[in-house]
Amino acid sequence: MAVKTATGAPARLPEAAAPKWGFWAWLNRRMPIDEFISSQLTGYYAPKNFNFWYFFGSLALVVLVLQLLTGIFLTMFYKPGELTSFDSVEYIMREVHWGWLIRYLHSTGASAFFIVVYLHMFRALLYGSYKAPRELLWLIGMFVYLALMAEAFMGYVLPWGNMSFWGAQVIVNLFGTIPGIGPGLVEWIRGDYGIADATLNRFFALHVAAVPLGLLLLVVLHLVALHETGSNNPDGIEIKAKTGPDGKPLDGIPFHPYYTVKDVVGIGVFFVLFALVVFFVPTLGGLFLEGPNFEVANPLSTPEHIAPVWYFTPFYAILRAVPDQRMGALLMGLAVASFLFLPWLDRSPVKSMRYRGWMSRTGLTLFVVSFIALGYLGLQPAEGRYVVLARIFAFIYFAYFWLMPFYTRIDPVKPVPERVTYHAH
Amino acid sequence: MRTDMPRWAGPLLAALAWLAVACIPLGAWAADEGTEGAGKPGADWQSWRAGNDVSDRASLQRGARNFTSYCLGCHSLKYERWSRLGEDLAIPGNLLQKDLLPPGEKTTDYITTSMPAKDAADWFGKTPPDLSLMARARSRDYLYQFLMTFYVDPTRQTGANNLRLPTTAMPDVLSELGGLKGAVFRDVAAPGEGGQVGQTQVFDHFEPLVAGRLSPAEYQAFVRDTVNFLDYVSEPTQTARRALGVWVVLFLLVFTWFAWLMKREYWKDVH
Amino acid sequence: MVDSAITADDGIDLSRRKFLTQATIATGAVGAVFVAVPFIESWSPSERARAQGAPVELDISKIDAGQMTTIVWRRSPIYVVRRTPEMVARISGHDDQLKDPGSESSDQPAYAKNTLRSRSAEFLVLVGTCTHLGCLPKQRFDAGELYPSWPGGFFCPCHGSRFDLAGRVFQGSPASINLRVPPYSYPNARTLLVGADDAKGAA
Repeated sequence: MAVKTATGAPARLPEAAAPKWGFWAWLNRRMPIDEFISSQLTGYYAPKNFNFWYFFGSLALVVLVLQLLTGIFLTMFYKPGELTSFDSVEYIMREVHWGWLIRYLHSTGASAFFIVVYLHMFRALLYGSYKAPRELLWLIGMFVYLALMAEAFMGYVLPWGNMSFWGAQVIVNLFGTIPGIGPGLVEWIRGDYGIADATLNRFFALHVAAVPLGLLLLVVLHLVALHETGSNNPDGIEIKAKTGPDGKPLDGIPFHPYYTVKDVVGIGVFFVLFALVVFFVPTLGGLFLEGPNFEVANPLSTPEHIAPVWYFTPFYAILRAVPDQRMGALLMGLAVASFLFLPWLDRSPVKSMRYRGWMSRTGLTLFVVSFIALGYLGLQPAEGRYVVLARIFAFIYFAYFWLMPFYTRIDPVKPVPERVTYHAH
Repeated sequence: MRTDMPRWAGPLLAALAWLAVACIPLGAWAADEGTEGAGKPGADWQSWRAGNDVSDRASLQRGARNFTSYCLGCHSLKYERWSRLGEDLAIPGNLLQKDLLPPGEKTTDYITTSMPAKDAADWFGKTPPDLSLMARARSRDYLYQFLMTFYVDPTRQTGANNLRLPTTAMPDVLSELGGLKGAVFRDVAAPGEGGQVGQTQVFDHFEPLVAGRLSPAEYQAFVRDTVNFLDYVSEPTQTARRALGVWVVLFLLVFTWFAWLMKREYWKDVH
Repeated sequence: MVDSAITADDGIDLSRRKFLTQATIATGAVGAVFVAVPFIESWSPSERARAQGAPVELDISKIDAGQMTTIVWRRSPIYVVRRTPEMVARISGHDDQLKDPGSESSDQPAYAKNTLRSRSAEFLVLVGTCTHLGCLPKQRFDAGELYPSWPGGFFCPCHGSRFDLAGRVFQGSPASINLRVPPYSYPNARTLLVGADDAKGAA
């Protein structure tokens, strides 16, 4: 029901009614600004029962803006090239005024992006946000994730440290496992007979221009798809099923001002944690900025332990768990690709974990444990019991996805309420 | 959706928490195994920490002096300028020129070594690396342990070897200050080829041979100051970074508090 | 029990809401300004640029009388001319043909605000950039070189500005002020230090 007050004006907002200045009216006759605001913000209804897990979408957007801003400024001082990259990064850290801060914002932002995105994806697993009618939303999101991985991988090569070089060497060599075209493809990607200046320069162009444009497009499509279906919620109920006389969902609230205001708090908390890292532990003990990368790339000296940055280590662990290089690469690819099939693997009649039975809950818990364990194992040397554990957890990881059609079908579910559960806060 | 927890869950969790806390001293005690080398000089070298404080300017100044006297002959600090050094360490211009700046260098120059790289590679087998970022590439503790664990080794061309970096190409340049010591190894059973039990050598303890000009405590302080200096050079902006961080975090906490009050006010509407 | 998510409530305090919104926005705006500062300041000359812009020394004993040497300071050409007494004499006598004979509107340190526009008569130190649009003026030191009454000086080929042997601009030139004089000093008799007014500090 619409808000009622004596004057009929919306009581939830203070008196900032849209002034119909001449200029504003002039603008609105030529661009649908007011229309956009009322359809996408003040008139777009989101479920009122969003919880903690629903902060991470807007946080991902904030981190994207942060990376774009800091990235553009870094590009003003960074000089791509095997002879200049490393030195130019130290130039930024020492001689450009505030360069050190811009650099740390960007490096911490990269890791923060993945923390936020993984938590964002986890929310979807928790509440079944990938299920109909949101399959396309999920697929677009997965493409955002793939683009992000490419962006991060190439970005890490740019400082041209020793880990940059050897990480690139290992990952690009993986493409060599593709039957037939493999070796030729690797040489084509590298532009040289080994990771070299040519590789660095093209990664620079892709990282700075091409992939960010793709990312922006995908994020826009992601939001369009979201607004088409409306958001899911922790109870997994479609709020559009119950509307009031004004046609608005009874369990929905206007995104603006309620979620804009709530997201600002989320952003504040995020930045407190973010600032603690940037200003006090920017390397995070070698997880965010790895020690070997403070030495320049050396094709004749491999670091003791080659490990990708932490956000790739779960997949890296799966790669190394398999004794065959080709199969390892294939399974690593499948580990990422499995996410794409989720909307169709999941046969549960119910969306949210709240109403699913013990099988789905166990499955998700085991999956999360495996993901974290594999992440840890990816940072360790691939020997002895680490390999054994990696194999066990890799098995559990794949079982979550590929046994899902079975266990979600026979899982005893609980009755789903008609209206969302909400406690005032 | 919250399921009610059973009544005994609370006390159980509390008991587990206490147990976990109690394990900490237990764990420390258990980890402190008596080894054969325990109590002997250097046996615990892998747990030695640099223990330096980058905000201690006096220490950094001593470290700068140590570096220019003993290290600059072979190692450069190519990303640091002399003028930056003077500024950050509060060394006045004339002292910088007189005591630290090599003749012919300008204060705006980067800190380079006079040793030609090619000759160094011929003499030592390896070019002495630039040390600007060594404290970040390896770690401060690594550098500290490196300078503290040189020992006499007649089988090596330099006559010296090192526990932290075995077969290092670097000679024991600080022996004049820290003295000379030998390393005693002991045989230890280890898995060999084909599942057989073989023998391997493990470091047991140091044997002091010749006293240096500095006492052990003085030498430790010397090394700590030098490592402190290298820590500073690896990231000259670190003290400013931490100082600024305090204000930034405080500001963000204030902002978040206002934002939360605002959010709570608006959400009174929602039922 | 109300059916919709939002209801008008007696508890809504519009003024408190307004105050909190404004407080948050104000704090956010202050934060935004603080965040902008590092990005804006990053554009100012880096320490490397400043170091490269440090004062430059020149051994002036190597310059022959009547000759000009060009060095670079802060990315600008600096003309150093060793004037002969005869050249110095040709600096006076044409004040009525100059736009700014007393250097009132021109740009030079206090010690160069004189007829000769220099610390000493012998050496002229100028920024070799035409004050019109920035081309490098060419030396035309000989009397009569450009036209019979030409006292000697500089001629800019781009748009025809003319300057005398003290760098002062002639009327009829597109340039409106005299050639600039950089800060400079003589740490000793053989050395010119461009970029520092005294032997110690940088400009």
